Amino acid sequence: MAHSASLSELLQQRRILVCCGSGGVGKTTTAAVLALSAARFGRRAVVVTIDPAKRLADALGLDGLTGTPTRIEGDWSGELFAMMLDTKSTFDGLVVANASSAEQGQRILDNRFYKNISGALSGTQEYMAMEKLYELHQRTDFDLIVVDTPPTRHALDFIDAPRRLSRFLDHRLFRVVISPGRGMMRAVNVAAQTFLRTVAKVVGAEVIDDAVAFFQAFDGMEEGFRERATAVAELLSDDDTAFVLVASPRRDTIDEARYFAETLAEAGIAVRALVVNRMHPRFGRGVAGRAQEQADTRQGTDLGGLYQNLADFELVASRQEEHLAGLTEAVYPAPVARVPFLASDVHDLDGLSEVAEHLL
Amino acid sequence: MAGKGGVGKTVVSAVLAKAAARLGLSTLVVEVEGKSGLATMFGQPPLGYDEVVLSAGGGPLGEGEVRARTLTPDDALLDYLRDHGLSRISNRLVSSGALDVVATAAPGIKDILILGKVKQLERHDAVDLVVLDAPAAGHAVTFLQAARALLDTVSVGPINAQAKDVAAMLTDHARCRVVLVTLPEETPVNELVETAFSLEDRVGVGLAPVVVNGIYDPVVGLSVAPGAAAEAAGVTVASEEAASLRAAATFRQDRMRLQDEQLIRLAERLPLSQLRLPFVFSTDIGPAELDHLADRLLAEIAALAEPV
Repeated sequence: MAHSASLSELLQQRRILVCCGSGGVGKTTTAAVLALSAARFGRRAVVVTIDPAKRLADALGLDGLTGTPTRIEGDWSGELFAMMLDTKSTFDGLVVANASSAEQGQRILDNRFYKNISGALSGTQEYMAMEKLYELHQRTDFDLIVVDTPPTRHALDFIDAPRRLSRFLDHRLFRVVISPGRGMMRAVNVAAQTFLRTVAKVVGAEVIDDAVAFFQAFDGMEEGFRERATAVAELLSDDDTAFVLVASPRRDTIDEARYFAETLAEAGIAVRALVVNRMHPRFGRGVAGRAQEQADTRQGTDLGGLYQNLADFELVASRQEEHLAGLTEAVYPAPVARVPFLASDVHDLDGLSEVAEHLL
Repeated sequence: MAGKGGVGKTVVSAVLAKAAARLGLSTLVVEVEGKSGLATMFGQPPLGYDEVVLSAGGGPLGEGEVRARTLTPDDALLDYLRDHGLSRISNRLVSSGALDVVATAAPGIKDILILGKVKQLERHDAVDLVVLDAPAAGHAVTFLQAARALLDTVSVGPINAQAKDVAAMLTDHARCRVVLVTLPEETPVNELVETAFSLEDRVGVGLAPVVVNGIYDPVVGLSVAPGAAAEAAGVTVASEEAASLRAAATFRQDRMRLQDEQLIRLAERLPLSQLRLPFVFSTDIGPAELDHLADRLLAEIAALAEPV
């Protein structure tokens, strides 16, 4: 099968695999399976997950995942590491690295507004996932980095996150407020002050004070952040990086995945592989169409029940293939891997290996 | 309605609205993520910000009306500012991106605006029931917790008042309940249990019975060998076809055994009644499927009400 060769080729040739898709489609498991398979091919692979994902830690035989790569022992020729994204400490590290002095760094880390950024600002988690990816890529001691991504609905949240955050940190309105202006600038300044005072009336003055203090402390660091955002964006469209779109065959998740693929394409990024989890199995193609007829004629009997059951599964399998058709077309010529609805959840390395068999 | 992504939260919201309409209640479904198949299930074009009628109601049984609307944080903010006589700054707040700064300074502000709007809709006389299709779980706890969290950050002013009102609505079990939705599978069950306890502890919200979606209904004859079943019916079945019937029967039996294990596990870990909805093999939920699911939900609710 041509398509299976391609996904294993990606595993063996690329340096970064980004698993993206909407929530609940099995992204984390897919990412782990890809990293495990790469280790089987003899590569030194690391998987970065977003969720605390206790189940994944269990599956990998770990007590829990931490913010640094942990080596997982197993009978593969390469090496396998796993780690969890810690949004806050990644951001802290970035602030400290960009600060002109230790005091400036500390002032930002202590700011209440800053403390909210990692938890509240939309896109922060996406940005930090990309930042961590960049750091790991710079280290050069991993052959392959597989990143799981936050379950965003819009692919751009995530391609755009670095740029969006640096725009936020360079917010014109606040920059105007904190910088002493002259002439024309002063007029703008006054208007901005008035505007913020009105906002403060609604949300409370301390909220605005925190924000202004943050932008004051951050002053001078935006250039470093902007450069880094550009570098991260370049890495994502680099030839070393491949996007793997993960979906399930439900109609709504297929629609979301299509939208995802389209927005990625608009950003100049191609989906290199599509993984569809939870496909219903097909039983007896030869009976197609007749099973429901038989079920209806023999309703209420054991044989009628058996035909009804077969008809149910034929129906769901053919509907799922129909839903999928538009998506496989949208990502063409990316290979499509179908992983069937498994009898149980993935609990251990054997479970991950079982998924790998369907994936590759 | 709250639940992990992929469990069919929006479908269950539609089913609940339809079931309520059957009981004569006028229902409003509020969708917050700006992208869902809700309207399609009622055979209507996709939702916009304006309220639309998804199902007119009336008829011989006196059904209630089902309406729906999308409510995004930006929409809710504009409404809020207009209601507070601040429309002139509202556009600038959104277009300058200052809203992001404000929302970061006071996390939860977007959530509170949405919940505040829901509270306003709840007061509306024409609506008997508001079904809020909440953000995917994980986020659901943060979303509902926003009121409390915000009371700590913003100590005065209209937002503070808004947060107090929202907190009062959420914790009043006669006005508001959270319906958690899950699938009969291990991970979604674990997450549901976790969410249930966090919601009770951290938000103080009342929980309704949980909805377990996507249950394979039993079918007769699954344990009977196809050959024997054919013989009993006085026909013969080709061996290849018999093998397909057997394989499909085994698959369903295996899945049903696993789902029963999960239902038992859920009952053991969470002392809430369960409402079970069947898996829809045709996969597309349209008006006919919705009707069928609403029947099932009403039957499940009726069964709950009867003493065991």
